[in-house]
Amino acid sequence: MTSSTSNFEQLRLDGVTRRFGPPDTPAALSELDLTIERGEFIALLGPSGCGKSTALNCLAGLLPLTAGSIWQDDRRVDTLPPEKRGFGMVFQNYALFPHLTVRDNIAFGLRMRNLPKSDVQRRTTEAIEMVQLTEHTSKLPGQLSGGQQQRVAIARATVLEPSLVLMDEPLSNLDAKLRLEMRTEIRRLHQSLGLTTVYVTHDQEEALSMADRLVVMRQGKVQQIGTPEEVHTKPSTWHVADFMGYRNLLPLKASQLNGDQVTVDLGGTAIRGAAQGPVAPGDDVIAAVRPEDVKLADQGVKGLVEVVEYQGRERAVEVVLDGGVQDGVAQDPVRLHVRTERRVEAGEQVALTVTPGRLLVYPS
Amino acid sequence: MSATWQHRLAERGVDRRLWLLLPATIFVLLLFVYPFLYGLSLSFQPTQGGGVLANYDKFFGDAYQRDTIATTLKIALPAALLNVLAAVPIAFRLRGRFRGKRLLTTILVVPITLGTVLTAQGLLNYLGPTGWLNRVLLSLHIVDNPIRLTNNYWGVFFSLVITGFPFAFLLVLSYLSGIDPTLERAAATLGASRAQRFRRITLPLLAPGLATTFLLTFVLAFSVFPSAVLVGNPAGSTRVISLAAYQAAYEQYDYSYASAIAMVMGAVELVVVAIVLVWRSRLYTGSTGGKG
Repeated sequence: MTSSTSNFEQLRLDGVTRRFGPPDTPAALSELDLTIERGEFIALLGPSGCGKSTALNCLAGLLPLTAGSIWQDDRRVDTLPPEKRGFGMVFQNYALFPHLTVRDNIAFGLRMRNLPKSDVQRRTTEAIEMVQLTEHTSKLPGQLSGGQQQRVAIARATVLEPSLVLMDEPLSNLDAKLRLEMRTEIRRLHQSLGLTTVYVTHDQEEALSMADRLVVMRQGKVQQIGTPEEVHTKPSTWHVADFMGYRNLLPLKASQLNGDQVTVDLGGTAIRGAAQGPVAPGDDVIAAVRPEDVKLADQGVKGLVEVVEYQGRERAVEVVLDGGVQDGVAQDPVRLHVRTERRVEAGEQVALTVTPGRLLVYPS
Repeated sequence: MSATWQHRLAERGVDRRLWLLLPATIFVLLLFVYPFLYGLSLSFQPTQGGGVLANYDKFFGDAYQRDTIATTLKIALPAALLNVLAAVPIAFRLRGRFRGKRLLTTILVVPITLGTVLTAQGLLNYLGPTGWLNRVLLSLHIVDNPIRLTNNYWGVFFSLVITGFPFAFLLVLSYLSGIDPTLERAAATLGASRAQRFRRITLPLLAPGLATTFLLTFVLAFSVFPSAVLVGNPAGSTRVISLAAYQAAYEQYDYSYASAIAMVMGAVELVVVAIVLVWRSRLYTGSTGGKG
């Protein structure tokens, strides 16, 4: 370990808060508590403006905290300037130095540490080989493709063997195919170099496939922290569910309660779901279910096919259910997103069933 | 004209929009190219005869005239350099958004609107032998005799800084805002201190802009005339080359000789411009990542 900061066992964020503006404005990042273990891959996930990039910049030292502290084992680091923290960072637009060659970009951090020339030379060459840019060492960043620039950015941030690597949506400027390749690449680097990584993204698929743990955020607050599987199968709130691909979020009424089993009325049919919070009979609830967990069947909830999108193996179908009549008032029709392999057409009458146990009921 | 011809010309950028260049072309021909060529040919037709190059022989043969080149360079080069160097830290501090930026920028830029004569008057009032500065220094007994800051080299120098700095500042500010601020942040996360970030990232990206800024303020300063007369010492230490040309044209009525001096003046400027541009061409001049 030649970097100026020693590696850590635990990185602890303690009530990290950042506000842009006077104290009465809502915080961009509100009291984030998070403990990162050495070697972990953490994804900060959420829609734009949720505070995930703010959190990353606070970690990097590019934004001062309004409140809270950051600890590297028992050393406080939030008072250090970015150049003293020894964290590597990959920026969304890569932020490569346009006037320096690929080699000089990657060697920059090593030179700043005043390492012997031979060391700089050797480690830079290793890093260039690792990201497979050997043929491009003397090019300027402007002469590289997006994917190559991305690899330079990763090599530049990791060549210092930093105790923590921060990545701010590094794949968002790449095309879909390259993004998939780079995902694997980053995960492979993380494992082979034994890095600790905090990765910011708004792409749930990216987060699920790469991270050991997910931190889902919304409006500056943490909604859920858990493994990809936990967050994917048991979102803690309907906002998280919305973000994790539960496209059907239906405002319904709870009718019966039996343990944590709730019965809701969907298009005139009683359907059972799992309560994800305090729910009482008669409450307005939000029922969440993924399109792939709603099946076309011979009998079940009746509806009318409105839109069909062909998506290769499957079709994404939008079905309108009759909202029915409640207390003498006609209710708004309910729309359900369904995925099916069956060939259906707009205007067709269909029946739907929900896979048992896959309907989650949240208090609204 | 057939349709295929039109397509072929359009591919090479020839179409009816080219007519839009006409007014500017006429303007340049009438107001720049023609007077320049006229002056050039006039300079080769000496009033007193003596061959094509007689005027140039006369200028370079006379030390009193020849020295105006050095005198002008001695004022213009340091003034332009100071303007650029002073503009960098101030622009560096003022980039980005903050409250009162517009007001501060306006205050810094106001001297452009003043004009040389008003600046000269201000300088005389403030820095002159009986100006405020000297009166304060005398009454505090810091000096026994008024210090001379006008009607000599320094008067012209200050005047050039006051009128040239706003230009330099505006240019440097726009070059600086064209540099992506994330680059410096990236350098910081790689362990570069504030000084190293400036030296390794910002300065190399800014340097071509500084060269251009230096040239523009230099050219402005090199043609200094009113302040050399008003706050300088036009008979001695600030006898600049434009003054020599003026005297030839309007005191001796020798337009031919005056044209020759003007040509020498242009040539000296071109030499400085060429040197700086050669240096600039060796710098990185591509994208700097910003929005500017």
